[in-house]
Amino acid sequence: MVFFILILTFLAVFIALPREFRLKFGFKQWQVDQIVKVPPMDFYLFGKQIYSEFPLKQGLDIQGGMQVLLRADMTKIDQIDRLAALESAREVISRRVDMFGISEPSIQTSHSGDEYRLIVELPGVSNADEALQLLGKTAELEFKLQTTESAEATQSAIAYLNQFQSTGLTGQRLKRADAQFSQNSSQPAIGLQFDDEGKKLFAKLTTDNVGKRMAIFIDGLPVTVPVIQEPILDGQAQISGSFSVEEAKQLSIQLRAGALPVPISVLEQRSVGASLGESSVKQSVRAGLIGLALVILFMILLYGFRGFVATLALVIYAALTLAIYKLLGVTLTLPGIAGLLLSIGMAVDANILIFERMKEELRAGEELERAMELGFGRAWDSIKDANLATILTSLVLINPLDFNFLNTSGLVRGFGLTLLIGVLISLFTGVVVSRTLLRVLLPLVSKRQIPANSKGARS
Amino acid sequence: MNLMKFKNIYFIFSGLVIVPGLISLVIFGLKLGIDFTGGSLWEVAISSPQENLTAEIVAAKVQPVFNFDQIKQSGAGQYLLRGKTLSSDQKIQVQTELAKLGQVSELRYEIVGPTLGSELLRKTLSALVIVSAIITWFVAKQFKELKYGVSAILAMLHDSLVLLGVFSLLGYFFDIEVDVLFVTALLTTLSFSVHDTIVVFDRIRELHRKFHKISFVELCNVAVIETMGRSLNNSLTIIFMLLALVLLGGESIKWFAVALLVGSVTGTYSSTFTAVPLLIVWDEVFAKKTQQK
Repeated sequence: MVFFILILTFLAVFIALPREFRLKFGFKQWQVDQIVKVPPMDFYLFGKQIYSEFPLKQGLDIQGGMQVLLRADMTKIDQIDRLAALESAREVISRRVDMFGISEPSIQTSHSGDEYRLIVELPGVSNADEALQLLGKTAELEFKLQTTESAEATQSAIAYLNQFQSTGLTGQRLKRADAQFSQNSSQPAIGLQFDDEGKKLFAKLTTDNVGKRMAIFIDGLPVTVPVIQEPILDGQAQISGSFSVEEAKQLSIQLRAGALPVPISVLEQRSVGASLGESSVKQSVRAGLIGLALVILFMILLYGFRGFVATLALVIYAALTLAIYKLLGVTLTLPGIAGLLLSIGMAVDANILIFERMKEELRAGEELERAMELGFGRAWDSIKDANLATILTSLVLINPLDFNFLNTSGLVRGFGLTLLIGVLISLFTGVVVSRTLLRVLLPLVSKRQIPANSKGARS
Repeated sequence: MNLMKFKNIYFIFSGLVIVPGLISLVIFGLKLGIDFTGGSLWEVAISSPQENLTAEIVAAKVQPVFNFDQIKQSGAGQYLLRGKTLSSDQKIQVQTELAKLGQVSELRYEIVGPTLGSELLRKTLSALVIVSAIITWFVAKQFKELKYGVSAILAMLHDSLVLLGVFSLLGYFFDIEVDVLFVTALLTTLSFSVHDTIVVFDRIRELHRKFHKISFVELCNVAVIETMGRSLNNSLTIIFMLLALVLLGGESIKWFAVALLVGSVTGTYSSTFTAVPLLIVWDEVFAKKTQQK
């Protein structure tokens, strides 16, 4: 058991440490100032390479960035098409975000009842207004014909795009776009269906331009550039080619965004500059360290050697918690940090409960080691019951099943998650780890008995 | 030492804390933040050549373009603007005005649509109901006797009222707003409250099994004294962490930390000085009734 805890601690510390940090402290003539590099995890297990640098994910309120809640207006879309339209809107926005060059954007959809929403998170975006305009635009789908073919076009992207001329046929005339299988070759293909006016326009365009390329542009960029094989008179076109099923599906989702244009409005926007988040984190971390020092001091003053053991358990707790954050990819927000600090304060609760029990048993005349075992055993019931309420509450805050009637705010969830992880780990370190440590370490000091009434008489 | 002899004093003390807050709640209510009401919140840093750029100067510049409800200084060279939701055009206009004062950098900007606010209010209420229901069920199941469950719930209610009252007063006198994080703190307080209460009740039950003959009041007294050390010590460690966060932590989660701090203090107090006395009162009333029959 001791070895298990040692190994676990070592692993946790290894994962929890940042990949690179500066170690600087001095004591009289000894000065240490060194950049410490921790190697990333990189090894082979059963012939598979396992590599991870264990980054700690930071929430938007810390690293700065923008979160936007968008509402998709579905009033003009048929009931059955609404989910598809939402998915298409998501696709369009993610294309735009990619163009904007944002790393690790997150775009989620949610819907309840008649509300269809998109949650867009853009880390590191400073020009929120520009980004917002980009997001709020309705997708524009256009059919364009290649009219000239210049040699220049192979070299310059702009020249290439300039070859295409608008035809007057837009996404408004498109009724549907679906992934299907080609009738001739049973290859994956994309089927397009036009409305009446679109049918006429498309028939004329295809009759006049057989052999030419007809590109479909979304937001000013071509997504597919098929060649017109034959005149299509019935308004049912098919784009075939060497698509995989997945590609055909992807393309049809994009095209549908043009066919089912959804007006988008901003429900909520939150943006935080990176400087504010950074200073808040620094302050919170400093506050946390000072709080931690106070707790450690308090425990050692109050419980002496056992308090020291509890402190060891607390350090293991902190390392384990950070390691779990990194392994599970918990996104750390400012309320999350508050939850973490709170859980550190609560983590010693189990120890205190046990130590107080131990004192009682010692007073009752039990041997030190037996008092320890009894203390752990009797306190467990209370610990278990008392923490269950916190666990249940944090589950309501996290709302893991995405219930509509509960909150979905990232900040609240962040707090709930760190609180839950904190309580669960503290049950382990507070009970299992500190018992093991005490079993090993107590015999070493038990010769000089810890006085039973170290805190003075209390009754 | 007979702690429970003074139970009326504890009730009076609780009353002294709760009643002003309750009055404030009824008269002033809570000052709801934009999370609930909708609107805009905009914090900027202006590095101005002008020394001593006060909020009034900023307001004089900005108000003609967009009528903010409140403009105040939030730090050295930092200003907080609150108001109704701005359109992006209006925002650009305000920005142009601000730029006349100096170099402007946006620290944070939030707009919340009005429909979203009421939605959040609904979600918050249902979270409160669910947490209370879960805790009630849990306590009832754990102790099987109604008096424990009711006392624990009343103590929980006591803590909620203290926290709500304190923030109602803070809102009225110091403009502190209630946001979604406050609700989170409230929910956490509920779980803290029962956390401590369960430990005391556990001890009462354990003693009850061991010593049948001792009166209930005495049992409670012994249990309270025995668990007090643990309860105080544990709360102190939590209070250390939260106090550090309130005093040294960043501005953005300061009031969240304050709410948690108030919650943990009242949670600790109520377990010993509200839940247990209530238990005794219940027991006395019930005992009298059976005697009358």
